[in-house]
Amino acid sequence: MSLLTLENVTLKFGGLTAVNNLSMQVEEGQVFALVGPNGAGKSTVFNLISRFYTPVSGKISFAGTDLLGLAPDEVPSLGIARTFQNIELFDQATVLENLLVGRHRHRSTNLVQQMFHTPAVRSEERAHREAVEEVIDFLDLQPYRNSRIAGLPYGVRKVVEVGRALASKPRLLLLDEPASGLSVEETQNMRWWIDDIRRQMGITVLMVEHDMGLVSKVCDKVLALADGAMLAQGTPAEVQSHPAVIEAYLGTGDAA
Amino acid sequence: MRIHFKTSYDDDIRLFEDGWKLSLYAALLALMVALPWLIDDFYLGEATNVLIWATCGLGLMLLTGQTGQASLGHSAFMALGCYTTVLLMEAGVPFVLAFPLAGVLTGIVGGLIAIPALKLHGVYLAIATLALAILTDDLIVMLEPWTGGVGGKFAPPITIFGLEVNRWSSPAAWYYMALVVVLVVTLFYRNLLRAPMGRAFAAVRDSEISAQAMGVNLARTKTIAFGMSAGITGLGGALMGLFAEVFNNETFTFILSIQLLMMIVVGGLGFIHGAFLGAIVISFLPQALSIVTDGIGSNVAIPGLEIGVFGVIMILFILFEPMGLYGRWLKIRTFFQLFPFARKDMFRRQKSYLKTERLR
Amino acid sequence: MEVLQLLISGMANGCVYGLVALGFVLIYKATEAVNFAQGDFMMLGAFVTLGLVNPEFMGIPFWLALPLVFVIMGVFGYLLDLVVLRAVFGQNQVAVIILTIALGFILRFSAGLIWGHEPMSLHSPLALGDVRLGDLVLGMADVAIIITTFLLTLALWQFFQRTKIGLAMQAASQNQMAAYYMGIPVKRVQGMVWALAGIVAAVAGILYASKGAIDPNAGFIGIKAFAAAVIGGFGSLPGALLGGLIVGIIEPFAARYLPAGWSQIAPYALLIAVLLFRPHGLFAQVRVKKV
Repeated sequence: MSLLTLENVTLKFGGLTAVNNLSMQVEEGQVFALVGPNGAGKSTVFNLISRFYTPVSGKISFAGTDLLGLAPDEVPSLGIARTFQNIELFDQATVLENLLVGRHRHRSTNLVQQMFHTPAVRSEERAHREAVEEVIDFLDLQPYRNSRIAGLPYGVRKVVEVGRALASKPRLLLLDEPASGLSVEETQNMRWWIDDIRRQMGITVLMVEHDMGLVSKVCDKVLALADGAMLAQGTPAEVQSHPAVIEAYLGTGDAA
Repeated sequence: MRIHFKTSYDDDIRLFEDGWKLSLYAALLALMVALPWLIDDFYLGEATNVLIWATCGLGLMLLTGQTGQASLGHSAFMALGCYTTVLLMEAGVPFVLAFPLAGVLTGIVGGLIAIPALKLHGVYLAIATLALAILTDDLIVMLEPWTGGVGGKFAPPITIFGLEVNRWSSPAAWYYMALVVVLVVTLFYRNLLRAPMGRAFAAVRDSEISAQAMGVNLARTKTIAFGMSAGITGLGGALMGLFAEVFNNETFTFILSIQLLMMIVVGGLGFIHGAFLGAIVISFLPQALSIVTDGIGSNVAIPGLEIGVFGVIMILFILFEPMGLYGRWLKIRTFFQLFPFARKDMFRRQKSYLKTERLR
Repeated sequence: MEVLQLLISGMANGCVYGLVALGFVLIYKATEAVNFAQGDFMMLGAFVTLGLVNPEFMGIPFWLALPLVFVIMGVFGYLLDLVVLRAVFGQNQVAVIILTIALGFILRFSAGLIWGHEPMSLHSPLALGDVRLGDLVLGMADVAIIITTFLLTLALWQFFQRTKIGLAMQAASQNQMAAYYMGIPVKRVQGMVWALAGIVAAVAGILYASKGAIDPNAGFIGIKAFAAAVIGGFGSLPGALLGGLIVGIIEPFAARYLPAGWSQIAPYALLIAVLLFRPHGLFAQVRVKKV
């Protein structure tokens, strides 16, 4: 059974069909990429999985559980975590605090216990901070631990986004354009991190990405999307050379 | 510049970062406890007033500063807390029970109000809560058999374990009572901040979308925030009414709500210290103004001067120091701590462009 | 007959609320800022007129003073935007809310300082007394208000549809970026919207003052106008007026037919009901945005 399955998913915004009868499977342990021109519906697919949108038809299931019955805040408890294309960090908080929110789904104490700061709360806090420290080590965020997000450069924020998602120890990590806006070195780092995430942490990665170089180096499988429908699916090399994909990106060779 | 060398996670989790901070606040506490011996009864009354305002401010701060839900309706909760406390006391419930019970009841009502309010954001929420505050004013008058309507109610005498707490005969006792309340509230507040719920509040404030993506249940979090905020403010309102010894619907008009919001903005939105600093400003503003007008030589009390001056102060703060008094203090302290490495824009606030409400 | 009387009196009040609400919505549509001081703008407009027209002040003939009032209030609105509002651009919503509330405080205080706190009557040509038509007693001021509002609405409608500035305002409020590209000086246009809101507030103030005495706290009706704007839908100009009419008409009927005290809370109860069930108002202008 695939880890994540989309079956004939369709989503419309009024008259616009954003996702058109899309089916895809992501296997556990894969690094899977969704590519396609702008407006193809890639982030929309993410928003469907995160349950910010509900499809008009089709099914989405994760490890056998039907996602469509869930609210957006119930999705993380299944083991799905995501980043956002336009960085949605908590600006007024520090990096550490942002990462700690990533641990929210692992909380075990209730409101009253927290108000009185019982020993259970104290030990839970320690456990959270330890888990978060591992993420900080992994992503080399030590210098920024106590910095407020509002003052940090873009590249660091992108990394913190990933860190926050990692802090929840997911099974499936959704990365929405992890390399957009990054320099060559930063993209290189991101590539190693994605590799390590898969190899060391055993986390499945589904990413939306425009940088075909990164995709071809790190992904096992690619699905090309255009106008909400699948164009081609396969290894990066297969998809890149697929005629329909080339046409969608570059157009045909005919003069008018 | 102090360097914190941390050796365990507890160093981060503890209430006070290091021995220095701890001794600073311990000294402050000692000062507050010793206050009745240091100042006369009039100023002690003023100090009690500050503590009462601070309690109310902490309540609103939790909702608006911490969770980002703007409320112009907290006067309604203050009124509810006050009338509930007094009605319970009149029914024979001793103060030590009536007071916290009123807080809990007000909190529950606050939580209930949150449910419809969940759908509202930003300005719409502010307007709805403002309407609530105005409604409460009229409701109090309409519910005259219970609330005494426009005639108001008199605060029954307060006895705690046999000790009478009266503003005029035992001002020190009143002061300590208010001090205990504000300290307990502050402790709970701080405990929440260093726990998942407090972080959830901040998450809801800064980005609802990613808060949800991290597993924060918006409805539950906002409801709890509303409830706690209402409860704390209810306690503050009860203290306010009891301290004034007589109150009616005009004690708790929507202007009070507005003043409360302005107070915490002046103090510093999002900081616990902000509630206290704002309380000091609002309590001493009338005094300061009369000193100034006396100094100028005008004997005539200028009506509405307080409101006008408060308005000017607010505008100056919003334009020049949106982080409030505590924010300014943080900037000064950071400047000296990092001297000469402090950069000019270290506290530059991220410009949050209003998301068009019409196209959400 | 009584119904007709209540209706007309309610409509007249509703027109005043509607005009103040119109000011709110104008500013909101253009700048996404909510001007909590709009009611106080109205009060200011009334007092400025009073200060020019009343014999104990300057005694200028009404129709001569009118354009002067418009200029003063227009400039006031424009300067306010220039000096204060632009400085808070990008700050969080609480800051902007407090800013306009504080402005209201200052306006109230200043008006009290300049003209005193005693209620005063404006020597308005619209304060025309009553006319009896059989059983019906019509307040002519009410009728004048309704007619004036109707004409003003017509004028504004044409202004937005036909004139360059009006079209520019519409463009700037719908899509700032595109407006910039088309060469529209968006910031200046926003200033002009504030100016327009000031003028509309002045008209509302004059009409209001024609019905009775005014004092610096007259701005408090701004809150009811607020309710009207929300009921009608914050992004809709005709909605603002209709919201105002609804609130204005409900009040006398509630006072007449419901138990005591209900007429006071009726506008706010209605506001809360609208916010809960149709949060974008009765004439909502909300479209789903593709994220």
